[in-house]
Amino acid sequence: MNQERELPLHTSAAADTAADDNAQIELQVESQQESEQDVVAVTVRDLNLHYGKVQALRDINLDIPEKQVTAFIGPSGCGKSTLLRCFNRLNDLIPNCVIQGEITVNGRNVHDASVDVAELRRSVGMVFQKPNPFPKSIFENVAYGLRIQGIKRKQQLDRAVESALKGAALWEEVKDRLNESALGLSGGQQQRLVIARAIAVQPKVILLDEPCSALDPISTLKVEELINELKAQFTIIIVTHNMQQAARVSDKTAFMYLGEMVEYDNTDQVFTNPRNKRTEDYITGRYG
Amino acid sequence: MIMRQWIKSGAPWIWLNAAAVAILILLVGGLVSMLVARGFAHFWPTPVDRYVYDDRSNERMTLMGQVRDRETISLARLQESGAAIESDANEIERILLKIGNRDLEDQDFRWILTPNIRQQTRPLSAVVVERAEWGVFIGYVRGLRRDGQLLQSSDVWEEFQAGIEQTAGLRANIREIERDQVGKINHRMEQLRLQERRLLLDEVSATEPFSEIELERNALEAEYLKYEARLASLYEQSQKDTVILETAEGEQVQLSMADVVKAWRPNDMSFSHKVMHFFGAFWAFVSEEPREANTEGGIFPAIFGTVLMVFIMTVVVFPFGVIAGIYLREYAKQGLLTRTIRIAVSNLAGVPSIVYGVFGLGFFIYAVGGTIDELFYEEALPMPTFGTGGLFWASLTLALLTLPVVIISTEEGLSRIPSSLRQGSLALGATRWETLWRTVLPVASPGIMTGLILAVARAAGEVAPLMLVGVVKLAPSLPVDGQFPFLHLERKFMHLGFHIYDVGFQSPNVEAARPLVYATAMLLVLVTLLLNAAAIRLRNRLRERYKGLET
Repeated sequence: MNQERELPLHTSAAADTAADDNAQIELQVESQQESEQDVVAVTVRDLNLHYGKVQALRDINLDIPEKQVTAFIGPSGCGKSTLLRCFNRLNDLIPNCVIQGEITVNGRNVHDASVDVAELRRSVGMVFQKPNPFPKSIFENVAYGLRIQGIKRKQQLDRAVESALKGAALWEEVKDRLNESALGLSGGQQQRLVIARAIAVQPKVILLDEPCSALDPISTLKVEELINELKAQFTIIIVTHNMQQAARVSDKTAFMYLGEMVEYDNTDQVFTNPRNKRTEDYITGRYG
Repeated sequence: MIMRQWIKSGAPWIWLNAAAVAILILLVGGLVSMLVARGFAHFWPTPVDRYVYDDRSNERMTLMGQVRDRETISLARLQESGAAIESDANEIERILLKIGNRDLEDQDFRWILTPNIRQQTRPLSAVVVERAEWGVFIGYVRGLRRDGQLLQSSDVWEEFQAGIEQTAGLRANIREIERDQVGKINHRMEQLRLQERRLLLDEVSATEPFSEIELERNALEAEYLKYEARLASLYEQSQKDTVILETAEGEQVQLSMADVVKAWRPNDMSFSHKVMHFFGAFWAFVSEEPREANTEGGIFPAIFGTVLMVFIMTVVVFPFGVIAGIYLREYAKQGLLTRTIRIAVSNLAGVPSIVYGVFGLGFFIYAVGGTIDELFYEEALPMPTFGTGGLFWASLTLALLTLPVVIISTEEGLSRIPSSLRQGSLALGATRWETLWRTVLPVASPGIMTGLILAVARAAGEVAPLMLVGVVKLAPSLPVDGQFPFLHLERKFMHLGFHIYDVGFQSPNVEAARPLVYATAMLLVLVTLLLNAAAIRLRNRLRERYKGLET
């Protein structure tokens, strides 16, 4: 069922690059339409999502550029987390959740029958609101995704864990206690560990679901700095309640309201000169 | 006003809670201390008193015995029952004496009234002899005989003790030959008989296999005769010495040394000596086999049977229950059917245990066991092999009984895992199976272990269903021995719980068995406690590893 997973890491990376090429070809068409030079990593077309009888997302259309930070903002319950979870099909876990429309990640329709969900999730990493390290050692947390892929060689694991921890700006703090339980880390460290865990499997896209809402200001600052560094390598989509945060870290911002995409544009544009009245009201703090 | 404030402050509620806990502690403490006191008293060398006593027909007699109990009783009641007693007091104290000498006296326990005691002494030379038959003898040692000749010795007691040790060695020797060597021959003979039966059933016409069996049988018989001769000589050797004993009344009896298990002089023992005797007696109780219809000797087979049965039950119920629980919680579609199954499982936990015994008898023994016998043990029929109660069926019955507990606690353990943990694993590209196996199950393991602890605790103390599916009052052999396949699942076995019932209520000598009931009960509690402690230790270790997660 899952042949590609047995492949060593570099081969699957090569496969991904091939997929990228496809995406680029496809997206050149789109960029002409959008009059932007960005390469598109994720596209959403006519997305409707129902939880039973309740409609959570309505006619969402979206192009998310590669290697940039895109922020979803909006009041609670507007569907931004739901939208985020569509990208790695985490909504599959919810019974009676019905999705219509098309979502393409790296040029492949995520709902295509040929798509292996586990593989999709490996190329679309995710970090949750509350830090959720596994009750294992720091090393094993970061190596988890690699072990799932069947990598057993100690050297390879060591290298991958080190580079992931460095990538998440955590290496200096934990390098002497890699074998201690991850649950002993502080909240901010745990969240960076979870980010390290996500980038260890070398995804294309990283989804951040309110990654700083459970953290103190200093930890938040560190995570934000990290996001800035990571966008050189990864496409980042962040859901946040904090508008300042969206303004600080994101290149593009989408404002959502009651399951609809109200406005989606460059962050500067959205914050300084919103086109929609509701966006303006939300940003200026009139509701939300 | 003050009263209302007091009630409002919540203080009475706290007092109520504290009182409940206090009563609980008292009850548990009382239970344990009663079992310990009564159970351990059995092993302590109680002093022997000698009484000159007028019985109810005013006949003077001399009695020797150990005080077992004291109680006060009203004079009127005594006189009503026809006792010749005169006293000014309304309440009379009476003493229960253990007199022993069951073969000589008409009662080995006897109530005596304190006003009728004319003289009470504690002779240093009084001796208690534990015999292989007829319980204990209480009296004096007067001499030793070898081959009918009276032994001249300056210290008869020392000689007596040396003799006991010697015959104990002989007895161990005899036992070893009977159990191991002769046991092996018997086992092989039985196998040969079955082989022959098999050949007859298969209608084998060749004579060769039959003659082979005959040949081996003859060889075995020759070997058996050899052992028989050795046994005879050992028996003879052990019969050579006799000890001359004297009762309180002065009657002399002779006892073969082979029948003496142990002898002690409780009135002439220092405290440390008594302590040593106590531990020796306790160890004998734990490590030896029962004698005389379970009223004497030890309870080792019962301890062994209990532990082994719980162990086999655990091996069966643990994987089975955990897998069922995982399916119900993780994979099954949560709907009406799953809910119904869950309710059914919970209700199963409340079914009286004897019902499981009936089911075990009807299904496991008659249906499954009977079929196994017909298919694989045809040659042994009509003697059932698996078609009768046995260790395996008892373990399976108890596994069924404890299955709901394991399923329910597995489900609860799994449902307590935060969903963020699962999602974290899934988001890294793990499949559901990998997530379950690598993350969810390890974290849920303390909860699952809790279920196992409850199951073990329940199984170790369960008696009623076992009486239907394989427990016996006296098993001829342990379910584990040196004969292939070493673990004999079809054998009947002994169990501490049933042993208590048997000794306490089915015994020919209730008074003699009473302390054994307490001692056995104490050991049952101890065994249950140890089994539990092992499981709890395991759980705490797991809990320690994942403790940061429990919120």
